[in-house]
Amino acid sequence: MNAPMSPTLAAVPLSDTATGAPMIVAALIDAGVPEWAQRLRELGFIEGETVRVVRRGQPGGEPLAVRVGVSTFALRRAEAACVLVMPAAGDSM
Amino acid sequence: MTQAVIDSARLGPPLLALVGNPNCGKTALFNLLTGSRQKVANYAGVTVERKEGLLRTPAGRRLAVLDLPGTYSLNPHSPDEQVTCDVLAGRLAGERRPDLVLAVVDATQLPRQLRLVLGLQRLGLPVVVALNMVDLARSRGFNVDADVLSRELGVPVVSTVAVRTGGADALLGLLDAQPARAVAAPGRADVAVADPQEDHRRVREILKALGLDAMQAHAFSDRLDRVLLQPLFGPVLLFALLFLIFQAVFAWAEAPMGWIEAGTSLIGDTVAGLLPQGMLRSLLVDGIVAGLGGVLIFLPQIVILFFFILLLEESGYLPRAAFLLDRLMGGVGLSGRSFIPLLSSFACAIPGIMATRTIQNPRDRWVTIMIAPLMTCSARLPVYALLIGAFVPAREVAGGFELQGLVLFSLYVAGIVSAIAVAWLAKRFGTRDRLQTLMMELPDYHWPSLRNLAIGLWQRVVIFMRRVGGIILALTVLMWFLASFPAAPAGASGPAVSYSFAGMIGRVLAPVFEPIGFNWQISIALVPGMAAREVAVSALGTVYALSATAEDTAGALTPLIAASWGLPTALSLLAWYVFAPQCLSTLATVRRETGGWRAPLLMAGYLFALAYLASFVTYRVALACCA
Repeated sequence: MNAPMSPTLAAVPLSDTATGAPMIVAALIDAGVPEWAQRLRELGFIEGETVRVVRRGQPGGEPLAVRVGVSTFALRRAEAACVLVMPAAGDSM
Repeated sequence: MTQAVIDSARLGPPLLALVGNPNCGKTALFNLLTGSRQKVANYAGVTVERKEGLLRTPAGRRLAVLDLPGTYSLNPHSPDEQVTCDVLAGRLAGERRPDLVLAVVDATQLPRQLRLVLGLQRLGLPVVVALNMVDLARSRGFNVDADVLSRELGVPVVSTVAVRTGGADALLGLLDAQPARAVAAPGRADVAVADPQEDHRRVREILKALGLDAMQAHAFSDRLDRVLLQPLFGPVLLFALLFLIFQAVFAWAEAPMGWIEAGTSLIGDTVAGLLPQGMLRSLLVDGIVAGLGGVLIFLPQIVILFFFILLLEESGYLPRAAFLLDRLMGGVGLSGRSFIPLLSSFACAIPGIMATRTIQNPRDRWVTIMIAPLMTCSARLPVYALLIGAFVPAREVAGGFELQGLVLFSLYVAGIVSAIAVAWLAKRFGTRDRLQTLMMELPDYHWPSLRNLAIGLWQRVVIFMRRVGGIILALTVLMWFLASFPAAPAGASGPAVSYSFAGMIGRVLAPVFEPIGFNWQISIALVPGMAAREVAVSALGTVYALSATAEDTAGALTPLIAASWGLPTALSLLAWYVFAPQCLSTLATVRRETGGWRAPLLMAGYLFALAYLASFVTYRVALACCA
């Protein structure tokens, strides 16, 4: 069985993080469409990876431009909400 | 006999399949390997583009090369990715299983791309890795050691620079070195089970061995994005760019379209001068020459539009445009990708519908195709100009606005509003599946390569001429036939067209159109107007027994219809043309692009219903107001 890092109390949806703040992926959850979590993993949103919201579209702060590793993806808010993250600082990887 | 030879020739050379993430430079490498020896078609039964080419190695070996659609993994999430997975597994009908997989890897995006390579190794096919864009990686300070990577993966790895001539020499040498079927080790048994966590761990190990475990994102793309995706400046720049493209498609195409028109009529006149009056002359001049001209006339707009689209796509800006427009289009259930095809449809729905190929989501693409004809295309302008000139007084209203211009503008707005309404209805009552997926990569920016632009443009032209051109030509000849036969009886008093099949159809249709205020002349003109919308103007001229060239027709018609039609009839016809369901060229394109009759029939049906409804309401309201 896969043992992703268990989401801690500090984990928040990526969609709720401040633009520019470096985060670490804590877990992926099925918050929207079932295959989203799997898809996000394939794109590189993997537990332990560094992510950061680079830009938010207007109006309404959607979509989000998200940096993961060396790649950038545009995600809708509901998609980014499937990625639970913790602040990069203070997290030992 | 011949068939057997062709078949064995087709099965002959070993098949090399190019596989890779989207934006990894796979198509550029394919172009470099195969040059212009490419065949572009669709996979059987789906609208996924299939590109095959022929490769000749320096030693003279021949390989068939298949450019499979880009995929992030071997768990398909879209029809494109499904095709890639099915071909690799050897279970797509009509496709043979590749003999060799060339995994194209963008050296600047190594972590994500290596996971796909691990997946490909599990397929049991021989794999060769092409480490692409090594020049870009080096300029950013990552030196990817192909030998180390080859040792780590256990398959041959060669560096390539797909955008440079000779950039694939090492790859060609490798393909030459030994028989293709034995060129690479088959998939490794020890990585047989797909486990994302395990793959991730492997990729980290490989990166560590390469000394690349701390790769940084492209700083230049970052800086550019800070400006181009800026909430205020980004959209302003985008709209300036779109304005330029729209202007170019409209204005730059005007001159070449004029030449094509002049050329067509010159050839028509020459042929007419050489042949005696009669059926053959009429078929050649009014059927075939006019039909060919009618096909060629679309080319300037298609070439200009696709030049810009390919430029935006190659440079990496197109996904950014989609990012900026996503919210706007999201309101009616579409994504940012639909914007450029819809904008292009203001020039002509045909290049617009062809441009929907850049939309990956099949449902979004389908809705975009469906609403594309609601954008007021330039072919409607002659009809609008005629009717507005005849019925709308040229005077200023409400502080300096020209009334005629205002009516024209409102016709454009009516089209856009209807498109929004249709898209909204499709979202509201269409597929149950609700939450749309975006998850779109914003690749690093790079300079477009001229070769890729040229090949891409050439392919669009060939696709249009070969697949759509033939249908348009055939329909034009059919329309000529309907409008010319049977000939008017000797001593007939009315215009010849009213005795033809087109005339008969028009008269049969007259009772249908009577409730919306169309007289029999309009009903007849609508029939040849099916070949192209603007033909309705010259058809009206023919029905009103005018013999004049196209420009004069409108001039001579204006007073005539102003005197003989009521204002309600004119307004009703304007409303009809907002929807104008009768463009057969558009329907032919839709049939080709969607690979079936369902979409074009549905489109014709719903546009016809909308047109009839709009005209009916317009006519009745106008009648009530005028009375």
